[in-house]
Amino acid sequence: MAQVIGQAIDRIDGRAKVTGAAAYAADNRAERMAFGSIVTATIACGHVTSIDANAARRMPGVLLVMTHGNAPKQAPFQAKADDRHARPKPQLASDKVEYFGQPVALVVAETAETARAAASAIVVTYEKAEGAFVLESASGAAYNPGKGPTGAPSDSKLGDFDKAFADASVKIDAIYKTPYQAHAMMEPHASLASWQDGKLTVTSSLQLVESAHKSIADTLKLEPDKVEVISEYVGGGFGGKLPVFGDAILAALAARELNRPVRVALTRQQMFHVTTHRPASIQRVRLGAERDGTLSAIAHQSLAQSARADEFAEPIVFSTRSLYAAPNRMTSQRIAALDLPVADSMRAPGEAIGLLAVEQAMDELAVRLDMDPLELRLRNEPKEDPEKKVPFSTRALVPCLQEGARRFGWDKRQARPGQVRDGNWLLGMGVAAAIRGNFLREAEARVTMESERHAVVEMDMTDIGTGSYTVFAQIAAELLDLPVENIKVKLGHSSYPDTPGSGGSFGASSCGAALHDACTKLKAKLAKGEGAQGLSVTGSVKPGDDYKRYSQYAYGAHFAEVGIEQTTGEVRLRRMLGVFAAGRILNPKTAHSQLIGGMIWGLGSALHEDAVLDPRLGAFVTQDLVHYHVPVHADVPQVEAVLLDEFDAHANVLGSKGVGELGICGAGAAVANAVYNACGARVRDYPITLDKVLPALTRRQG
Amino acid sequence: MRAFTYERPADVASAMKAASQPGASFIAGGTNLLDLMKIDVEQPTHLVDISRLPLREVGETADGGLRIGALVSNTDLAADQRVRQRYPVLAMALLNGASGQLRNQATAAGNLLQRTRCPYFYDVAMPCNKRQPGSGCAALAGFNRMHAILGASQACIAVHPSDMAVAMAALRAEIEVQTPAGLSRKVPIAELHRLPGQNPERDTTLARGELITAILLPPPPAGRQTYRKVRDRASYAFALVSVAAIVDTADGKIRDARLALGGVAHKPWVPKEAERELVGAAADAGSYEAAARAATREARTYPHNEFKVPLTERLVARTLSDLATGG
Ligand SMILES: Cc1cc2nc3c(=O)[nH]c(=O)nc-3n(C[C@H](O)[C@H](O)[C@H](O)COP(=O)(O)OP(=O)(O)OC[C@H]3O[C@@H](n4cnc5c(N)ncnc54)[C@H](O)[C@@H]3O)c2cc1C
Ligand code: SF4
Repeated sequence: MAQVIGQAIDRIDGRAKVTGAAAYAADNRAERMAFGSIVTATIACGHVTSIDANAARRMPGVLLVMTHGNAPKQAPFQAKADDRHARPKPQLASDKVEYFGQPVALVVAETAETARAAASAIVVTYEKAEGAFVLESASGAAYNPGKGPTGAPSDSKLGDFDKAFADASVKIDAIYKTPYQAHAMMEPHASLASWQDGKLTVTSSLQLVESAHKSIADTLKLEPDKVEVISEYVGGGFGGKLPVFGDAILAALAARELNRPVRVALTRQQMFHVTTHRPASIQRVRLGAERDGTLSAIAHQSLAQSARADEFAEPIVFSTRSLYAAPNRMTSQRIAALDLPVADSMRAPGEAIGLLAVEQAMDELAVRLDMDPLELRLRNEPKEDPEKKVPFSTRALVPCLQEGARRFGWDKRQARPGQVRDGNWLLGMGVAAAIRGNFLREAEARVTMESERHAVVEMDMTDIGTGSYTVFAQIAAELLDLPVENIKVKLGHSSYPDTPGSGGSFGASSCGAALHDACTKLKAKLAKGEGAQGLSVTGSVKPGDDYKRYSQYAYGAHFAEVGIEQTTGEVRLRRMLGVFAAGRILNPKTAHSQLIGGMIWGLGSALHEDAVLDPRLGAFVTQDLVHYHVPVHADVPQVEAVLLDEFDAHANVLGSKGVGELGICGAGAAVANAVYNACGARVRDYPITLDKVLPALTRRQG
Repeated sequence: MRAFTYERPADVASAMKAASQPGASFIAGGTNLLDLMKIDVEQPTHLVDISRLPLREVGETADGGLRIGALVSNTDLAADQRVRQRYPVLAMALLNGASGQLRNQATAAGNLLQRTRCPYFYDVAMPCNKRQPGSGCAALAGFNRMHAILGASQACIAVHPSDMAVAMAALRAEIEVQTPAGLSRKVPIAELHRLPGQNPERDTTLARGELITAILLPPPPAGRQTYRKVRDRASYAFALVSVAAIVDTADGKIRDARLALGGVAHKPWVPKEAERELVGAAADAGSYEAAARAATREARTYPHNEFKVPLTERLVARTLSDLATGG
């Protein structure tokens, strides 16, 4: 059996994507297709009192104006559900406005331009109500959200933190703030809905086809077999396409009303409010240590925004429970309901911002101890999961730190800020740990032999740009002993076997394990002499006890070097290295892309990203990619990811772990720590823009 | 977005005629106008596409300067050998703006006339005197990190976002304008853009229907030139503060100095007093710092942009000193 899993082969969908042959949601066309444009609320809280759509209705080419006054009745929204992304998402259900940018009307017209012009011509009047928009002022209203989706409690306690912290020789007690962030994926949300013989087909840009299928069917009160959801190509998701939004539901409703296909696409500006965002957070980290750097006490507390309209608890403190040893510890997470758009998962929900705090706090502690921050981390390596008290399935934080230090030239780092110069730039280095929970979800996969030498793989899994198509082809090729070109991978149709979809970095492992099962069973049948032609087998996977008996995480270490322009305080990355261990790597090329993508996002979290909220309006004022900054090429001169060999026998049959989110975890903290090391500016309020660095520079220069 | 009609005249005379109808607007590269139309901020009912008019040449003028056609692309202008050699400050400013793709499409006149990047200006749901006179200025007590520290009014604190225009202000360019009556007039760049005063809806002193046909650069001034832009990321971001500087030194003294600042005012800001203080002063740190302080003497800040005052001062002093020492 030739080894195909683990080979760095090119994406099998790469050619279709770069030549434009791959149809993304808004690229799809249908005969007699009409175009929808959403009108969004311009208040944050209150009621719609009137909608004047007369001018819009009179415009030639306008086919339909839908408002809460005439929208078809849909299933009610449910505050809680096992799968939050499978809940009904009724649109235009009442006159109530729960956040700025909430859809309040839909216009459908013969052309996209007419629809948009008509949408502009609609006049909505409102009765405004008081809302709460500021996280800082909401701490009084903070509450405990209860258990997280993985069953982890929001609070944890071990030993006697208060006493240990009081007695500690060296302490850090600091507050860190992270801002609202937008997913800003390249492809805006869009859906095309059409009806035929009472059956609805929605082609959309989604991460979770199965959840979306249920959400759409339930919203429209349809039998599941009367709905097909398709999402073959997705131009980035990052969590922002876990839920179903108004584009899909409104397209479906309008297509039924008009009895013709309807496409609804969000504008880039609308995405900042209509879709979800990462909530802002305020985090307090306390660390207590002996003089030799041994941690005696760790506390991590978080407060994050949640939308009043729809609760979401960003699991900010969870990974802190497994990161470092310390006998006395406490973590707690709280959320505050604000009248803002809906917060939800964004790449590595929890760790992505939790580590911005914890890993900067570790750096602060190292400074106070006068100790190498890398050494401090080595010194607090736990032998087992410090809170769950179970063994780690694998844990490679130490090798990642050591290998990274060697490759990066960490020994050249100067302990004191302001020692290294390059012309008018001050240089500094920073390190931070990466940790990201590893999950397995129930999944199914079907393999069918099309001929002796050709097989088709089918799953309702999505490829959101990560490389799913490719790694599944590799798995099937290896197990069936066929060339990769002979495997056709079909994803993203709700009629295919159920999978958890793309989210939480569980996709490749969960679906890959189900596929492994299907291929293994198929091979057994072939071995028994069953004819290949048409032979079809469905395999599956379920998480076993190993997820309880072992602490399962992927790990890594980030190293960053930044330059600070001494006159202006501009912070620019010079180079960045991440060393990771994430079980067996299914395809080093696609994994590498995922990891450096995550690292670049970490850089953005540290230096750029900030969805600025205007607390008077309850609205984000940064509504396009001019105002909402993400790193551009010039910001990323050199970024490298190295993968250590690993096989996690407790993770799944493939030995693999998720890599989609690992890269972002801790990356921003390495950058923040490098900023400190360069110039002595300790910025705890992300992003680290030059205005926050300048005071330290003026102080230095006297 | 609103419905509009469109025409593409072949010569200047027909363009002028087309632009005289109510609701008409010129469109050149469209990189700013179309974005604003899509989000309803600009609502022209008729577009006069001037992109095929014969205004794409960079030519020498009799006095030794350059005449830049209104439609010369930002890319071509930055690459022009004469610009690179004689007006490096302009080439640098252009290359510090936008992205390669945008510069290919953007024109010289369009760049001068691009509108502010104040975020409130971009959302018709938010109050903004510039977009909708009398509705209030949301930035004044809102998010004003990018906003003006010089020459603003209570009606508007927006800044002009162009890099190119800042270099042209330092170079004392003149704008050649065709009036609807068929006359040609010249406007010094300092008089092209306005301060907001009580009429922030008017960015410039151009009258309705006037067409920019060219930008005239006087012969290059003596001395070294540079453009330095401070921004939140390494590329593809508008200036927090920028400076175009031209300094001529001899025998340890400053013979001449020209400065213009970007990101600080409703127009490219020429700090006259700083220039005056520099001329004849010793070419040393003391003079540069004094000039830097003079440049911000009239500054007035808002909650999020206080940093712009020290930043401007540090940037000006440093840029002057680098120029004088050849850095
Ligand atoms: C993402 C992004 C980033 C950017 N970053 C920068 C930056 O960093 N620095 C920077 O300086 N700029 C930046 N820009 C702005 C860019 O430089 C301008 O959009 C461009 O220069 C405008 O030129 P245009 O020919 O496309 O103008 P258009 O959009 O065609 O026109 C702009 C305005 O000028 C008017 N107009 C055009 N030509 C004439 C004429 N001859 N006579 C009279 N009126 C005329 C039009 O009616 C319109 O009102 C950025 C733009 C974008 C979209
Ligand atoms: S600063 Fe000017 S552009 Fe910005 S909101 Fe105020 S009036 Fe409008």
